[in-house]
Amino acid sequence: MTASQDIYPQTPNLAHDVDQLERSWRHPRGIFGWFSYTTHQAIGMRYIITAFIMLLAGGVEALLMRTQLMHANNGFLSADRYNELFTTHGTTMMFLFAVPMMEGMAIYLVPLMCGTRNVAFPRLNAFGYWIFVVGVLFLYWGVFTNAAPDMGWFAYPPLSGPQFTPGKRTDYWAQMITFTEVSALCVASELIVTISKMRAPGMSLNRMPLYVWSILTQSFMVIFAMPAIVLASSYLLSDRTVATHFVNPAEGGDPLLYQHIFWFFGHPEVYIIFIPALGFVSAIVVAHARREIVGYTAMVLSQIANGFIAFGLWVHHMFATDLPQIGAAYFTASSMMIAITSGVQIFCWIATLWSGRPRLTTALHFVYGFIAIFVLGGLSGVVLASIPLDLQVHDTFFVVAHFHYVLIGGAVFPLFGAFYHWFPKMTGRMMNERLGRLNFWVLFIGFNLTFFPMHILGLKGMPRRVYTYSPEMGWDQLNFLATVGAWVIAVGGLLFIANVLWSRKKGAIAGNNPWDADSLEWAAASPPPNYNFEYLPAVTSRYPLWVPGADRTFVTGTRSDRREVLVTTLMDAEPHHRYILPGPSIWPLVAGICVSIGFVGSVFNAWYVTWGAIISGLALIAWFWPKRPLEPADE
Amino acid sequence: MRTGAMGICVMCLLLLAACQREKRDIRPSPTRLAIYGDAAKEDALRPGGPISPQPVVNNPYNGSAYDISEGQRLFNWYNCSGCHANGGGGIGPPLIKQHWTYGGEPANLFDTIVKGRPNGMPAWGGRIPEYQVWQIIAFIRSMNGEQPRSATASRQDSIETNPQNIVNRVRGKTK
Amino acid sequence: MKNNTRQIFSTFAGVLGVACLSLLISCAGHQQSAVDPAGPQSGRIDTLWWSFFWLLGAIFVIVMVLTLMTLGRRHRGFEQEPLEATHKPSEETDSRLRRIIAGATVTTVVILFVLIVASVGTGKANSELQNKKNPLTIQVTGNQWWWQLEYMNSDPTKILVTANEMHIPVGRPVQIRGISNDVIHSFWVPNLNGKRDLIPSHVTTQWMEADHPGVFRGQCAEFCGLQHAHMAIWVIAEPEDKFDAWMRAQLQPAAGPSTPELQRGRQVFMNNACVYCHEIQGTTAAGQNGPDLTHFGSRRGIAANTVPNTAGNLAGWILDPQSLKPGNHMATIALNSTDLQPLVEYLESLK
Repeated sequence: MTASQDIYPQTPNLAHDVDQLERSWRHPRGIFGWFSYTTHQAIGMRYIITAFIMLLAGGVEALLMRTQLMHANNGFLSADRYNELFTTHGTTMMFLFAVPMMEGMAIYLVPLMCGTRNVAFPRLNAFGYWIFVVGVLFLYWGVFTNAAPDMGWFAYPPLSGPQFTPGKRTDYWAQMITFTEVSALCVASELIVTISKMRAPGMSLNRMPLYVWSILTQSFMVIFAMPAIVLASSYLLSDRTVATHFVNPAEGGDPLLYQHIFWFFGHPEVYIIFIPALGFVSAIVVAHARREIVGYTAMVLSQIANGFIAFGLWVHHMFATDLPQIGAAYFTASSMMIAITSGVQIFCWIATLWSGRPRLTTALHFVYGFIAIFVLGGLSGVVLASIPLDLQVHDTFFVVAHFHYVLIGGAVFPLFGAFYHWFPKMTGRMMNERLGRLNFWVLFIGFNLTFFPMHILGLKGMPRRVYTYSPEMGWDQLNFLATVGAWVIAVGGLLFIANVLWSRKKGAIAGNNPWDADSLEWAAASPPPNYNFEYLPAVTSRYPLWVPGADRTFVTGTRSDRREVLVTTLMDAEPHHRYILPGPSIWPLVAGICVSIGFVGSVFNAWYVTWGAIISGLALIAWFWPKRPLEPADE
Repeated sequence: MRTGAMGICVMCLLLLAACQREKRDIRPSPTRLAIYGDAAKEDALRPGGPISPQPVVNNPYNGSAYDISEGQRLFNWYNCSGCHANGGGGIGPPLIKQHWTYGGEPANLFDTIVKGRPNGMPAWGGRIPEYQVWQIIAFIRSMNGEQPRSATASRQDSIETNPQNIVNRVRGKTK
Repeated sequence: MKNNTRQIFSTFAGVLGVACLSLLISCAGHQQSAVDPAGPQSGRIDTLWWSFFWLLGAIFVIVMVLTLMTLGRRHRGFEQEPLEATHKPSEETDSRLRRIIAGATVTTVVILFVLIVASVGTGKANSELQNKKNPLTIQVTGNQWWWQLEYMNSDPTKILVTANEMHIPVGRPVQIRGISNDVIHSFWVPNLNGKRDLIPSHVTTQWMEADHPGVFRGQCAEFCGLQHAHMAIWVIAEPEDKFDAWMRAQLQPAAGPSTPELQRGRQVFMNNACVYCHEIQGTTAAGQNGPDLTHFGSRRGIAANTVPNTAGNLAGWILDPQSLKPGNHMATIALNSTDLQPLVEYLESLK
């Protein structure tokens, strides 16, 4: 538990300080205590595990879909069931796996990388998680009661409107969005504040790790993009439940309004998923190529530019809706332009690997896989940016191939790399390298076998979202190949789970910094105690742990008998004041339940908005009830 | 573990409730294609005293959102709205009301649609398959607030199916 | 390390090989294919596609070769500096790398600019079609799950209403005026041009032209509900004279039944729910909810071309529409064989 002494110099008071930290940061006991945790490692882990279960659920849905499409006129699934499956697959992967997983990793890693003890708003963190879990349960409740959504994961009206999707399917979907978006907004706001104000002294903005920059960019994107989807889904939900006319054309609404608002969120959403993955790649490349990144400033500016430009692309999802040519051409230009910012980052990574000393660990395998798959996906994206080409391949399997290449290649492969890279930190044990390399190759081969043929299928005229096709079309062989690949991916997933389970018990003990990496999380013990560091580190370099041991500094003078952290300034991270973080609390769960009652009930009866608001207000009052003042801070 | 078992029981009960609402019977069974002679007797007066109780004819599509929605589609496709507008009536009587001339229960509505009524209601029996008659009936009942709110078809622009619009409505009479 | 590198190279080469092979194999079979153009628009798009393909493919190969070369020690091109201690090479190495990255970025910008110009140029060229003379205007109405086609004409008696099968004259521009009766659909005939969505409460426009005769398949390309997979359209391009003959025949009302069997069939049609949805010009059947059946016998397919139009398929379709296309809106009507057989014969006689 006092292992960070090896990384940082010792002090005489160490044992006493550690003892006090253990007590002030101790988790409360029992079931009631478990629901009250507010430490970022616990909540981050909960997000990661829940999101991983959602990845498995989405994977099962995909396998079922691929089995149905294995050959022409297959009767494995009915049309209704297939429609439910592809909708639930897309919804699960986008809303319940990808964004929460990236958030969960950020919640876990950002305080460690910034050299602090917790996120800025620990109870909000817990609240965000409970809201997310209710969203998951609510949607899957619908899935198991024949009310799975069946109108496509973007739910265009009028198909998703009250007349063409009867029952509660779309309502569950729309309200699940509200849950996940509220959760995302909570996490984004606390991460921005943590990164802005709680960095280690000396970690000025230009010394921040690239992963932290990516989370900062992503969090700002969440704050600007999520309100749009809440708006779009609320329009849809209120059209369906309380007879409004926002997007229903029969009464004067416009289906295109929904599309614009949805895609104004929808395009940044994929970058919200993808930009943290770029942060993973930077962290892994630096650590495993064992050299500083080439072009740090260019990397930071590209990431920020990516975030900005992502908001100017959304109409490329709507090229087939007969838009004016000049307006649409602007979106061609911006969609191609974003290839530049991604390209700069790829060039920088290649340069870093070229001039470094790459050590071909499993994590670096996944980075190479990422480069191969993501670059191909990005190039098919350039094809889609061109309007004449898009008008042929839009809504075909070409698009399915493209977005799986950029999402799996661009986000899931770096995520698996991140798992292999940070598993030692999270559990204290190394993962099995041989099994890891096998895992990589099975996933890589399976992925390409599944999705490469889809490019061809799209060009050969196979539209998306079809539950079957006739044998005369000539799509049989490629579909069969894709299904075989899907089963190979499944094997790869199982290999990963096997590796995790084996390594937790039998993996080699990791120690603090098994990779000899550069960033601050590797100074904490593996796994880190609730308080992360015995003493908060101070940094003098962009790569703190590559500074020789004798030159490393830390902070003294913060109290260890209560949950206290150091708040620093935004630009240069100079210490500003000490801040007391709240301890464990049941109120985030209670508030989460009250808010959930309001949201869930409002799907059935609009009055629940009122009842839910009242009880949520009461819960918030209890949450923020002022505690008696603490003794003065100076001693 | 006790709480776990109880939780599962509650879930199962709720599951059953949702089952009817989300039911989607796309292929009607062959028996539902035939046309029955009639469903309800209009008069209790019979020669020879009371006879054995008649079977109650229930609408198989009660509470099923998909079928209520199909009923709405068929209401327009078969041009019921030509005489009855969207429930408000015009050439024909309104279909949102408390007092029905020939009875407002599903069995009565079935008879009315299938056999026709004096003064202009055509006899649709032999033309519209039985399962579609039941879907239309489910829709008409939903216009009167007799179907669960969560399964009711989309609101229409012309007439809001709001309890206030139904004068002297007796609540809680769903089948 | 060396073995690993070789393994990676060989696997990469293998994957690339499989990809190329599958590409070549599957280029055969051109129905509903975007890379088998039959008109000037799809021809330009096809040319644009192959230009993109070769250029971007070359870029991909270059990037991958450079990436894999990072694994081989001898391809670094820089002196091996003592990185272990400092984790960074010399400033000169770094600035050289930065210059290379800047050069690569500028190259990327130039290439993208070229691609933008090519795309916008192709789009403009394709839209020139609307300036050609003498277009044929067809209003396409998307329904769940079939296509209504109306050949517009200033003379209302010459407006042809048909469904699911479109004939067009070769060499003449065709304007598709797209509307929808229910949800969003998308009209797409890949051999002729890109797609255009049909959006309720909007009118969208698409232009296409066939430059040689042929039979081209199209399919709805925007998810529209349960039977989105079974909403296909045949577009038959024929020489001008054959097209005119087809139009003249189609504008005629339905032929009266010439035998007692056909008369019986028409009677069955009139006595059942068929008339509530279908129209047969020349009879009193005037239903507007479903496809026009006036010349149903001349069409190639049933149920938006889910199955070919044969007597057996038609009988199966009428008896149990839900088996071929579960969830579609055609009523399931109980007919016995004495009714079904004449009905099928009558409908097939409507040429």
